[in-house]
Amino acid sequence: MDLFEYQARDLFEKHGVPVLAAAVATTADEAEAAATKIGGKVVVKAQVKVGGRGKAGGVKVAENPKDAREKAAAILGMDIKGHEVRIVMIAAAAPIEAEYYLAILLDRSNRTFLVMASVSGGMDIEEVAHTAPEKLAKIPVSAVDGISVAKAKEIIAAANFPSDVADQVADVLLKLWEVFQSEDATLVEVNPLVKTKDGKVIALDGKITLDDNAEFRQPDHEALVDHAATNALEAAAKAKNLNYVKLDGEVGIIGNGAGLVMSTLDVVAYAGTKHGGVRPANFLDIGGGASAQIMADGLSIILGDKDVKSVFVNVFGGITACDAVADGIVQALQLLGDKATKPIVVRLDGNNVKEGRAILAKAAHPLIEQADTMDGAADRAAELAAK
Amino acid sequence: MSIFLNENTKVIVQGMTGSEGTKHTRRMLASGTKIVGGVTPGKGGQVVEIDGHQLPVFNTVTEAMSATAATASVVFVPPKFAKAAVIDAIDAAMPLVVVITEGIPVHDSASFYAYSVTKGTTRIIGPNCPGLISPGKSNIGIIPADITGAGPIGLVSKSGTLTYQMMYELRDIGFSTAVGIGGDPVIGTTHIDCLRAFQDDPETTAIVMIGEIGGDAEERAAAFIAEYVTKPVVGYVAGFTAPEGKTMGHAGAIVSGSSGTAQGKKDALEEAGVKVGQTPSETAQLLRDILGR
Repeated sequence: MDLFEYQARDLFEKHGVPVLAAAVATTADEAEAAATKIGGKVVVKAQVKVGGRGKAGGVKVAENPKDAREKAAAILGMDIKGHEVRIVMIAAAAPIEAEYYLAILLDRSNRTFLVMASVSGGMDIEEVAHTAPEKLAKIPVSAVDGISVAKAKEIIAAANFPSDVADQVADVLLKLWEVFQSEDATLVEVNPLVKTKDGKVIALDGKITLDDNAEFRQPDHEALVDHAATNALEAAAKAKNLNYVKLDGEVGIIGNGAGLVMSTLDVVAYAGTKHGGVRPANFLDIGGGASAQIMADGLSIILGDKDVKSVFVNVFGGITACDAVADGIVQALQLLGDKATKPIVVRLDGNNVKEGRAILAKAAHPLIEQADTMDGAADRAAELAAK
Repeated sequence: MSIFLNENTKVIVQGMTGSEGTKHTRRMLASGTKIVGGVTPGKGGQVVEIDGHQLPVFNTVTEAMSATAATASVVFVPPKFAKAAVIDAIDAAMPLVVVITEGIPVHDSASFYAYSVTKGTTRIIGPNCPGLISPGKSNIGIIPADITGAGPIGLVSKSGTLTYQMMYELRDIGFSTAVGIGGDPVIGTTHIDCLRAFQDDPETTAIVMIGEIGGDAEERAAAFIAEYVTKPVVGYVAGFTAPEGKTMGHAGAIVSGSSGTAQGKKDALEEAGVKVGQTPSETAQLLRDILGR
């Protein structure tokens, strides 16, 4: 889960990373009130989970509370790269003398953690990495040892931080490590980390990505979920513990196993090129034990998607037997009754496939068509969606 | 031959007394795996009977190893306790630890992986993987044992069900070993580790490599193939239609910006001389063409 800037700021504050006073607002009134409370010059910042908001006009300096109200009114409701601005953060303005960059992240390639640090902060760090790689220090951090005081000093030296801020930056780094570790983050980034005119080091903007697998030990993270931005079908699927992602096509997909479902989407898109360019409408993995209830839950989510024109159920019976899956489909259609209205192409293979296919044949449900192969089923489902 | 396991591999099951552990211990026993015991902290001293096999339960992997001479462990412990279980196995210097558990926080897997590297005596496969099978010899994990038999193909895959699908597509030819390495961001055994082992295994004559979006493991594997592998390799990559920034089922299956795309992986593999299929069945056909079968 990616956090909004204000959520990252709050987590920084919780762990002692120096930040500026700030508040969030969803209306111009709230923005004015927040600016009044903070006092003086403020910055009004669009809260969107996408880069480039400054260039898009989503960050404005306001001289006084009234100005903050106007700036917030202009920014709220903006569309930044497809993200609607629903929240602004009002933050105290700081006189900046220097901008730096600090990040701790999971380095998948090397299966370790990595600190990236630069005294050339404030801009797109990928740009720095590309144009002036010598300005970006990359120091691996062991997942066992973490960041000690000595390690922090090594990083500060490698990135050539000036001596007058070295101790402060080292302290920030230790606290960011605490954020990274104790919040189960996979990315903690501060850009820019600034030195103010009076010599203080402050995290001015931040980005945090949290590990969804750690939900069981991070009960506070539930409150950080942006429910308003969650697709209604995705929310309904999550409530049923289903692994669902809404896509923009017409063929509803149900399968078992993440890899097989991803592959099913591709095979459908590939087949769709012969049928007017129809595409998969969703990703839905019902997992290993496809009981009738899970199948019914899955089918009802998919059939509730108005974009869906046909459904492709692609199951390889590994641990689950195909006869159990077939029973599940038949019972699911009984449970759904009149709500099931779209043609469903079913491809079963693997464990007890004969029995499974026989059950579907016997049920002779008018919506169900069987196919022998995954490619053939994808082609038929695409054809039905194109009609 | 086979890679990482053989017909003599003695296996203990960490989490054997849990429902998943018991269910899959039964299935592994039925497929001929030499299961010699289990580990559940606090239940040491008990004996569990599964389908006529009397299986002793130990408190620690060290105790289990000294009593049974096991050389492999399979982990069915829930995410909350998985790190402790894997650390226990590493501390016991267990040579092979197969972590089936899905949903382990990446801080935990990064930590036990790093620990295994410092100790240098344990190979971890997974987490979030189906395990590995050498048909007719041994089966560690949850891969169905009856899809196909022994044969000359080596298979390495990030995905469980695509492993089964590919084994099914090529069931008339058979497999030396099929390894599901898992779809998490940090895994103990990579495509490269398996490619190296298959290249060095005299009974493997051709290799199928299945990848998916996220990370750069397939790109690295492509470079390794160009440099080291002389046996024919065919590839398949899932996730061409996955949108940027969305996790597709597996915790590691996510396209970030322009990195980790299926197209990038396919291109890298093809540059290394790997034939890449558009669908699983086309990939199977490419392998048939190479083997002339």
